[in-house]
Amino acid sequence: MHPFEYVRAKSVDEAIAVLAKHGERARPLAGGTDALVMARAGRWELDALVDIKHIPETNVLELGSSEFRLGSAVACYRVYEDEQVAAKFPGLVDSASIIGGIQIQSRAGLGGNLCNASPSGDGIGSLIVHTATCVIAGPNGTREVPAEDFCTGPGRSVLKDGEFLVEMKMPMPQKGFGAAYERFTPRNEMDIAVAGVASSVQLDGDTIVSARVALAAVGPTPILSSAGDFLAGKEATAENISAAAQAASGDASPISDMRGTAEQRIHLVGVLTRRTLERAVERARESN
Amino acid sequence: MTTETTKGKYNVIGTRPIRHDGYDKVTGRAIYGADIKLPALLQGAVLRSPHAHARIKSIDTSAAKALPGVSAVITSADFPGAHDTLIDLGEGAINFRYASNNVMAGDKVLYKGHPVAAVAALDKNTALEAAALIKVDYEVLKPVSTVMEALKPGAPIVLEDLEGQDLGEKIDGQTNQANHIRHEFGDVEKGFAEADIVIEHEFDTAMVHQGYIEPHNATATWDEEGRVTIWTSTQGSFPTRRQTAGILRLPDSSVKVIPLEIGGGFGGKIPSYLEPVAAILSRETGRPVKLLMERTSVFESTGPTPGTWMSAKVGVKNDGTITAATADLRFDAGAYPGSPVGAGMMCVFSCYDIPNTRIDGYDVVVNKPKTAAYRAPGATQAAYAMETVVDEICQKLGMDPLEFRIKNAAKEGTRRADGPIHPIIGAVETHEAAKASDHWNTPLEKNGSDGKLRGRGVASGYWFNIGLKSAVTISVNEDGTVALTEGSTDIGGSRASIAMMAAEVLGIPAEEVRPHVADSEGIGYTDVTGGSRTTYATGYAAHDAAQDVVVQLRERAAKLWDVEVDEIEFANGSYQSKSDPELRLSHKELASKLGSTGGPVIGSASVDPEGAGGAYSTQICDIEIDPETGKTDVIRYTIVQDVGTAIHPSYVEGQMQGAVAQCIGWALNEEYFLNDDGAMVNSSFLDYRMPTSLDLPEIETIIVEVPNPGHPFGVRGVGEVPIVPGVATVANAIHDALGIRLRTTPMNAGSILAALKAKK
Amino acid sequence: MVEKIRVRATLNGEPVDFLVAPYVSLLDTLRDELGLTGTKEGCNDGNCGACTVNLDGRIVDSCCVLGAEIDGSAVETIEGMAEPGKLHPLQQAFLEEAALQCGICTPGFLISAKALLDKEPHPSEDRIRFWLAGNLCRCTGYDKIVKAVQKAAESA
Ligand SMILES: Cc1cc2nc3c(=O)[nH]c(=O)nc-3n(C[C@H](O)[C@H](O)[C@H](O)COP(=O)(O)OP(=O)(O)OC[C@H]3O[C@@H](n4cnc5c(N)ncnc54)[C@H](O)[C@@H]3O)c2cc1C
Ligand code: FES
Ligand code: FES
Repeated sequence: MHPFEYVRAKSVDEAIAVLAKHGERARPLAGGTDALVMARAGRWELDALVDIKHIPETNVLELGSSEFRLGSAVACYRVYEDEQVAAKFPGLVDSASIIGGIQIQSRAGLGGNLCNASPSGDGIGSLIVHTATCVIAGPNGTREVPAEDFCTGPGRSVLKDGEFLVEMKMPMPQKGFGAAYERFTPRNEMDIAVAGVASSVQLDGDTIVSARVALAAVGPTPILSSAGDFLAGKEATAENISAAAQAASGDASPISDMRGTAEQRIHLVGVLTRRTLERAVERARESN
Repeated sequence: MTTETTKGKYNVIGTRPIRHDGYDKVTGRAIYGADIKLPALLQGAVLRSPHAHARIKSIDTSAAKALPGVSAVITSADFPGAHDTLIDLGEGAINFRYASNNVMAGDKVLYKGHPVAAVAALDKNTALEAAALIKVDYEVLKPVSTVMEALKPGAPIVLEDLEGQDLGEKIDGQTNQANHIRHEFGDVEKGFAEADIVIEHEFDTAMVHQGYIEPHNATATWDEEGRVTIWTSTQGSFPTRRQTAGILRLPDSSVKVIPLEIGGGFGGKIPSYLEPVAAILSRETGRPVKLLMERTSVFESTGPTPGTWMSAKVGVKNDGTITAATADLRFDAGAYPGSPVGAGMMCVFSCYDIPNTRIDGYDVVVNKPKTAAYRAPGATQAAYAMETVVDEICQKLGMDPLEFRIKNAAKEGTRRADGPIHPIIGAVETHEAAKASDHWNTPLEKNGSDGKLRGRGVASGYWFNIGLKSAVTISVNEDGTVALTEGSTDIGGSRASIAMMAAEVLGIPAEEVRPHVADSEGIGYTDVTGGSRTTYATGYAAHDAAQDVVVQLRERAAKLWDVEVDEIEFANGSYQSKSDPELRLSHKELASKLGSTGGPVIGSASVDPEGAGGAYSTQICDIEIDPETGKTDVIRYTIVQDVGTAIHPSYVEGQMQGAVAQCIGWALNEEYFLNDDGAMVNSSFLDYRMPTSLDLPEIETIIVEVPNPGHPFGVRGVGEVPIVPGVATVANAIHDALGIRLRTTPMNAGSILAALKAKK
Repeated sequence: MVEKIRVRATLNGEPVDFLVAPYVSLLDTLRDELGLTGTKEGCNDGNCGACTVNLDGRIVDSCCVLGAEIDGSAVETIEGMAEPGKLHPLQQAFLEEAALQCGICTPGFLISAKALLDKEPHPSEDRIRFWLAGNLCRCTGYDKIVKAVQKAAESA
């Protein structure tokens, strides 16, 4: 492993300054559950890791009247242990509570999951179906990018040298909103998704006003599926959900690898889309 | 639950004392291989081949040597070149020349992860950085990774100098077939002609790893006198000494092996990988050198158990009598000859009494790491073939699978297909206990929640167990406690079991025996902790050494009371005069008088017992499958096993449960996944997918005790047979749930989905 | 050469003040710099839990944390679990229930299980199995580990 410096940034500006100085030879460090593993495996040659966990802005976990702010360094456990957050965002809890085991969840966060930009990231789909906006700070100021546009390829994102993710903002769920995430893994925990699907719906009575379906591990990036648009304006019936699941399968463009074959993944996307939509509808009906 | 025949027979045996080494292990004090610290210690790193098969054109170590902090860089040129000698390691044999080549590649690399160079430096990271600076120029060759491919004409040749054998004849020209052997008995043609039903199938199983949690490690010093000292986690100090000395071309007596605590082995820590390398690095630097293996290398470069290509054919009469059976077991040995196919052949039919049999075994080299023993090596694969065919036969016959097994069970006097006659064995008792179990008598609701489908499977397995050499000494302290010294490294509580056997003989509590695992200069030659032999053979030695103590203590009592030795008897833990009941001393009292009656008493024994006695296990498994995803969950599991005598029942149960967990992983998910270049791509715990606590149910154990006449306390080895039937048990349960027979492992979600689709 | 970093932390209740290279993991820091080899390495990538320690009240895989990151934090390792002369109820239960075979996974399991019982004194079997899923054991099949945790929970 190439020896690197460890810099504990105390402010957004300090982090930007160090990141900008080293360019691609520096990386932010959140929970480190990807970063340290990658550095050790020789995937990167780094001069510095910039610890962003000690910056106040990356630690926000705030339910506003219209907006939920989730700092980029907030570890998974903070999402599911916060009763109010857990009550409002069960879909995010689905994701946060399956990333790794308890040890990993003490460190890993949804921000790191997103920035890692792995197609199989279990948190990204949930951020997408919650219509999250990523707040990015960099040498040229702050910009915002929708979650679905954040990843550009396996391990690649829209972040430029010197930039980092400060927080994610999501609209507060309204009455009739529900979301869910489910993945398929051979083991019950401590595994990487063979395929995963996040779904959300906004109901008005039995009508789906809008829906979002995001697919994991079936393409070079997480995919915002056409299934959501397909459902908009339709009744939340088994037939419509089935048809949406088929649409989602059609949007998947997986590869075959050690974790599963393309055929298996396409099939799983259908199953998981149906299951998560059903779950999301159920939660939407329970919401208030 | 226990079907105990030992109840009330013993004072110490059959109880559950706290293990002696336990306190150190729950407090973090125990020193495992990686924990050793020595003055002036250097850290090493090994550079390994990224290719599965390649010729090494050149190695340039100059940049690595120039890195500040680097003390030495070595390649195969620094090794003496070992002799072409075959040695037996207890479980598996090796040729020194191949063993040397395996720890450091010569002109060719034979598998991804094959070592090509090693570095010693001031710290770990510098060593790793230096290793990365070594430039190796490879000519990449086409690899061959499966038995099926390797046996095809024109297949890439793994070992150019391999002299292949076929039924005792040397094979002309280059080949990957190291050996082909056959056992024949009776007349199989006639047997199949007599059969009403004949079933035959082919099987393909993936290579799997033992998966012990502690990576390999070795620390070595090479001193000015030419003596090598090794600190390591090993299943056998003496076999490690043997291998290290052989590879370094030193006399065995020049190598001392100090065994540290070992974090699991299951057969995989019998071969030496790092020890000779650390020794040469120490020779070059004049300082102690420590090598720690990374998890990736544990998968890629140590000894897994073979992938196989097998077929099994069984003929039965309508009344359920087996008339004939044949099997072809083709095992991949890895890069060098020596797969456990021979052991697989010894086990494949040994649960049954079959009049006509033929077994062919092939040992085939491929571009994968050299295989090593893994818990009943070779038997699990063979049982997968045999026991799933038997299940199909039972289904065709409409016969209860346990009844079928009882009807055809091997018994005392049954000839095993490979020749030996079974001594007293517990096959029938094991099946009967399974039949009587709560699990078997609780019907399974075939429909689970949410459309899930359930099934129940049953299968049996046999393992022959081994004896081999063990030595034990026992010295009596003046307070009556005894210090027991043994050479068997303790992987799972064997110190306690061995101490308990000595305590039983001496009539003292287990806690008053202090067991200690000595280094290779502190005790007589002792074979590996493996082959299910430790409690059997080292326990045998402990029994005999304790008897030796008793003999000597009788002499002391005689001396004390000035009577003939024959006058003294030892009963119920006391030494007493036969004629004068007043003359009576407990072990403790007599021990306090040793100083005045001739000094310390030391008992010793060295054994090489023959009567290991085979062992059986029958297992029942309930599974639940989600037909939409192919996901299988094991919802109930019962293992029944004949253990001879359960010395410490908790650790016997532990062996049974641990083996079940391993075979569930083997059946459902574990495999060496190779890419098109023959390189393993899932060499992490994440992608190798061993079961976690959440993937397993409670594992119910039923201990059957049919004492082994070949052991003073009736012990049979318990460590290996519990894995044998497991993969087949799960396969039979999958069939029961889905009506689908999977004959390829792993039987993972993907293959279940594909099979369900094909069935539609 | 990158320079070592000064770290001040609390380790098993006592203050520590040491220098560590910035790229060295907390696992190696504990084992190599601070002499506490009770914390074990099984994989070095977060997948086995053998290296589990308690960091500021939560369990973490110490191979996935840098030594430098613990500045200002409190770390508890297996060496700090027993009181002098008295095992923690979990340690005692592991011994009595034979919840260890080779023992390499044991320190990690004990630290994990302790964090669970500190938080939830009477967890269900499912909850125990879920909580411990980040700790691999290859020897025991987990059965006796789960039972030991249940026993310790009862005795508390
Ligand atoms: C044992 C184990 C199990 C795992 N299981 C799962 C699983 O089930 N599902 C899953 O999805 N993942 C899993 N992971 C991967 C990993 O834990 C997750 O991706 C996690 O969410 C990463 O978060 P982190 O805070 O640890 O990120 P880090 O490792 O700190 O960072 C990840 C990447 O993002 C960059 N980064 C971090 N923060 C920022 C920021 N604010 N701005 C810009 N870049 C940033 C880092 O430089 C790095 O490239 C597992 C990992 C391990 C070791
Ligand atoms: S060594 Fe840290 S999780 Fe395995
Ligand atoms: S006891 Fe050996 S890994 Fe758990």
